[in-house]
Amino acid sequence: MPEAAPVVTLDGVTVAYGANRALRDVTSSFAAGAVGLLGPNGAGKSTMIKSLLGFIVPESGRMRVLGYDVAESPLEIRARVGYMPESDAHIPGMNAVSFVAYCGELAGLPRVDAMQRAHEVLFYVGLGEARYRNVETYSTGMKQRIKLAQALVHDPDLLFLDEPTNGMDPKGRDEMLELVRDLAHNKGVNLILSSHLLPDVEYTCDHVVVMDKGSIATAGPIEALKQPRGRVYELRVKAPGGDVGPFLQKLRTAGLDCHATDEDVMRVFVPGEGGARELFALASAEHVQVRHLRPSVPTLEDVFAHAVGEE
Amino acid sequence: MPIHDQGYRRYGGEKARTGTGWMVITRAGLRTFFAKRAFLGLLLASWAPFFVRAVQIYAAANLPQAQMLAPTADTFRQFLDQQQTFVFFITVYVGAGLIANDRRANALQIYLSKPLTRAEYIFGKLAILMTFLAIVTWLPAIVLLVVQISFAGNFTFLANNLFLFPAITVFSFIMVTMVATAMLALSSLSNSSRYVGILYAAVIFFTQAIYGVVYAVTRSTSMSWISFSANLSQIGDVIFRQTPKYETPWPVSLLMIALVLGLSAFVLERRVRGVEVVA
Repeated sequence: MPEAAPVVTLDGVTVAYGANRALRDVTSSFAAGAVGLLGPNGAGKSTMIKSLLGFIVPESGRMRVLGYDVAESPLEIRARVGYMPESDAHIPGMNAVSFVAYCGELAGLPRVDAMQRAHEVLFYVGLGEARYRNVETYSTGMKQRIKLAQALVHDPDLLFLDEPTNGMDPKGRDEMLELVRDLAHNKGVNLILSSHLLPDVEYTCDHVVVMDKGSIATAGPIEALKQPRGRVYELRVKAPGGDVGPFLQKLRTAGLDCHATDEDVMRVFVPGEGGARELFALASAEHVQVRHLRPSVPTLEDVFAHAVGEE
Repeated sequence: MPIHDQGYRRYGGEKARTGTGWMVITRAGLRTFFAKRAFLGLLLASWAPFFVRAVQIYAAANLPQAQMLAPTADTFRQFLDQQQTFVFFITVYVGAGLIANDRRANALQIYLSKPLTRAEYIFGKLAILMTFLAIVTWLPAIVLLVVQISFAGNFTFLANNLFLFPAITVFSFIMVTMVATAMLALSSLSNSSRYVGILYAAVIFFTQAIYGVVYAVTRSTSMSWISFSANLSQIGDVIFRQTPKYETPWPVSLLMIALVLGLSAFVLERRVRGVEVVA
């Protein structure tokens, strides 16, 4: 089956805030379906989304969303996308159903349809019982849900979700991720989920674009990126004098990626066919005791750490 | 019995073409204020001078002893002058929060993520305030003209003062546009509607006070262009074919009004954005 056309493409996009370059000559594309936009805080994720919405005009480069050029057809794009901003945002003085219906009308829905869909999406996001309450009285989790509702009310073809689980308790977070996953996988809504939380992206998305310092670090289907081109191990060691620094240095010099997970357990990526044997040999050479060694499967965290060069 | 699916469904209906979003904003704004009792009270109070004038016109038309109350073109000019007090209160009540409240609630990024241009957003907000200001200026003045015709039972007054309808319309439009645009620009400068209200009052009273001081020193009214309200008054006199109160040439007053409009447009262009960039 031929692969669907990308919903978003960026070609040499540079965005600067004064002297600070938030996006540096970014060229990338976002496949149809659910795509995670992953990166540490300050990587340029929100800037990219705001540029795609036309809020920020790039210094250079071209962007296309759903086939429309962002510079030439911003209104056509905004009629077909939904945006859930990162920060709290609502129309003051309105209850939830009025607010969501109002957003629907702004997006071009007739008044009756907007009101009907407002009720539907509020039930869908779990605010059905609270839909006549003023939005200003909502908890943080409820505010996240209503931001999703206003982004959904006009039935967009593409959703931009900027850190949708921010500030939510674990139960609310799980429910929000379920909603996002359901939208992408069962309702046929394309979405771009910006997050710095690896589990959120891994749970909801099929593709990922990893950003770091305003550039694309890596991109592709999550499963393909997680395919081992070597082996991953969980490793705990005891070094002479308790200093594992020289051993880590030795591993990196030998071309092995390692990054800490818990206090004393690290994940080590051994490229090629060497596997555990290579690890033992390096440990022996450094007089380091291997206390725990367990084969593991690569996670998105490994991909992310590898892509952004995290130690 | 089928169970109604309350899950997410795709929308199969028609969507309006872009360019109509400002009407949604205006409609919602008007509904919001009409639902407030305090505001309705203010609106009702602002029509009190109209009823007084209507009684005056009735008396002049029906009582020979009250002929000295017969309306002239100046009556309508004075009426619009009187209404400026209500224009001030309605501008502060309605206008102060129009953009400031949206800024406080980060609503601009919600608005501008919809198929809506910044100009449409501004125009939608502007139309809310302009509608209410027209309700307390243009509408009662025009109704007063109709009342005069009705009570007099003829068109003589209107025929002798044919310029009155365009004069009321043009002066009301200039006043309403200038006041609404200036207030909207001030509203975009802050997240606090209270602060905006105070700022607006300060602008009105401060410019008048400065002019008052200049007048006290020079005993000349040629510097009246300093005052926000004196410029409006000067233009009003010219439109209603009255002798201008001030020595300032009316084109200078008109230029000052145009400057206020230009400055307000500049501020709005800078402040109404989906994202605030601090470089």
